[in-house]
Amino acid sequence: MSLNVVALLSATLTIATPLVWAGIGEAVVERTGVLNLGIEGTMYLGAFTGFIVALRAGSPWLGLLAAIASGVLAGLVMGLLTVTLGLNQHVSGIGLTLLLIASCEFTFRLLYTGQRPTLPHKFQVWLADVPVLDQHWLTYVAFLVLAPGSWWVLRSTGMGYRVHAVGESFEAADVAGISVSTTRYVALMVGGAFMAVGGAFLTLAVLGSFALDIISGRGWVCIALVIFARWRVWPVVYGALIFAVTDALQLQLAITSAFSSVPRELMLALPYLAVISALAVWGRRVHYPASYLKAYRRG
Amino acid sequence: MRLVLRGREPRWAAPLAVLLAVLTTTALTAIPIRLAGANPEAAFRRYLLTPLSSAAGVDEVLLAATPLLFTGIAVAIAFRAGYWNIGAEGQFLAGTVATTALALSLPDLPAAAALPLGMAAGGLGGLAWAALPAWLKRRGDIDEVVTTLLLNPVALLVVQGLLNGPWRNSSSGFTDSDRFGTGYDLPALLPGSRVHWGFGIAVVVIAATWFVLGRTSVGLQLRAIGMAPQAAAFSGIPVGRLRFRAALVSGGVAGLGGASQVMGVQHQLTQGISNNYGYTGVIVATLGGLTALGVALVAGLLGDISVGAENVSLVLQVPPQLGAIFSSLLLLMVLSAMTLRRYRIQWARSPRRRTTAPVRSGG
Repeated sequence: MSLNVVALLSATLTIATPLVWAGIGEAVVERTGVLNLGIEGTMYLGAFTGFIVALRAGSPWLGLLAAIASGVLAGLVMGLLTVTLGLNQHVSGIGLTLLLIASCEFTFRLLYTGQRPTLPHKFQVWLADVPVLDQHWLTYVAFLVLAPGSWWVLRSTGMGYRVHAVGESFEAADVAGISVSTTRYVALMVGGAFMAVGGAFLTLAVLGSFALDIISGRGWVCIALVIFARWRVWPVVYGALIFAVTDALQLQLAITSAFSSVPRELMLALPYLAVISALAVWGRRVHYPASYLKAYRRG
Repeated sequence: MRLVLRGREPRWAAPLAVLLAVLTTTALTAIPIRLAGANPEAAFRRYLLTPLSSAAGVDEVLLAATPLLFTGIAVAIAFRAGYWNIGAEGQFLAGTVATTALALSLPDLPAAAALPLGMAAGGLGGLAWAALPAWLKRRGDIDEVVTTLLLNPVALLVVQGLLNGPWRNSSSGFTDSDRFGTGYDLPALLPGSRVHWGFGIAVVVIAATWFVLGRTSVGLQLRAIGMAPQAAAFSGIPVGRLRFRAALVSGGVAGLGGASQVMGVQHQLTQGISNNYGYTGVIVATLGGLTALGVALVAGLLGDISVGAENVSLVLQVPPQLGAIFSSLLLLMVLSAMTLRRYRIQWARSPRRRTTAPVRSGG
């Protein structure tokens, strides 16, 4: 059996990219104490909006811009529900995900019944002749700009300090003059934009088309990754890479047929099982953000 | 602008809030209907009234409501006990898998044995799927929102793995299981009707839940746990144990829903066996106010709309996803309105802070 290592590494980076974008987006949001279960729907919305605008306007750049705007909007709605109104975060998130996916499917069915349109121009890979590095620019940005950038912002800037303060103790943050709701809103909108880019990467760069099962649980994978990473940026990236390499390996192995009897579904279930086992092992030592799932209201 | 808690809530506030939420949802869903080129008024009549205007239509509505009755009451039982089970989707699927395993290994069982065993297998499957998060919550105080949620995609992968592998249809080669033996077909409630015994079982489960929650001491204790866990523990209620049991019962009921769907409607395991029933169960339970009667009414309403949506999609070419848009939008609107009713809007700049109190987001 021969394993094409170059193809494996290349596929790993591509598969990991949307998870890095959306996973970091979710990590930023959760660090302020909001669990955004709207992630699955926000990624879906980003993938769909990006695709439709790119298709109509003929430019993937405009598509990406529209996707970012849609992600900010989704974050804003989540903020309205969970920050301003203080509603139950998990019920709001599930509701938002169901609403966004249904709305996008509705629009897609309305516009393209029975068709499978493809983009006239999608993003092309950079360094197409170089092995492994033949990646989309959004992949480069994810690993070289987004990850170190958000790590630095969360660790060393006033914004990161406010995020941390709100996540760990919103009463103390409020006393210290940090606006709990502004911080959460900003995190939700920025995080929403990252999630939408993660979704749009699939339609604008990888596929060049849209399918109704485009996200198929990637948002839930990100929820798992963020907890596995204990809300830190770099471990989210490592987790995404580990997940991506098992998936890529599985595809490779299926091609080389030696291991085709290993069900792919088992590999795909690994990130979830890993997180649940990790939670079981770590137990009470998992340090959730202290204001996790809580709404803030001054007395 | 900020929200200030009302001192006293007027009597009319709650019904008015729900009415406003329903009107807003209707107005907002009229937009996509119009975009689809249909007349919203005619469309809404078809969504809500047409399915109920004939016996066959009512039959379809009850059939469509059946899985939602199961998942809705399952979620409500858990939420009532303050256990945030987001995993009804996975538990429903685990129920279908357990029932299918039984039906494929003992295909020739006579109905007298196949029906009770098939339902029991589904219930146990759902219960087993709910057991791990419930146990982690009990032993390690590990947040159940994430663990129950993450087991949903795992359950879907189990279904897909089985259908791609050992359970692939032996005659067609498609990724759905062989048809069950006819012993496993849940009989129709009335001759000529598509509504099967699963509906009757769902009604019994809901009635039992109503009785237990409202009329027994266990129900009182459960409600106390859900409303004020610390006070409940202080008054001697075994919070952890009761919550654990509620979580298991919740999973079992969702699993029964899976068994009912696979034995009553599909008669085989398919990839799309759960049409988001578990997630919609969260909507049903929440909109139903976590009460048995509320769950029954909302499940009926959503069943009505989903049948109507299929009809409208055929006649007026409005895509059937409008049903899902309506239900999820209605959830968000009703929740928002029910919260807003407790506040008045203050337009002045916020005064200096007084005291602070964190509020765990309310159910």
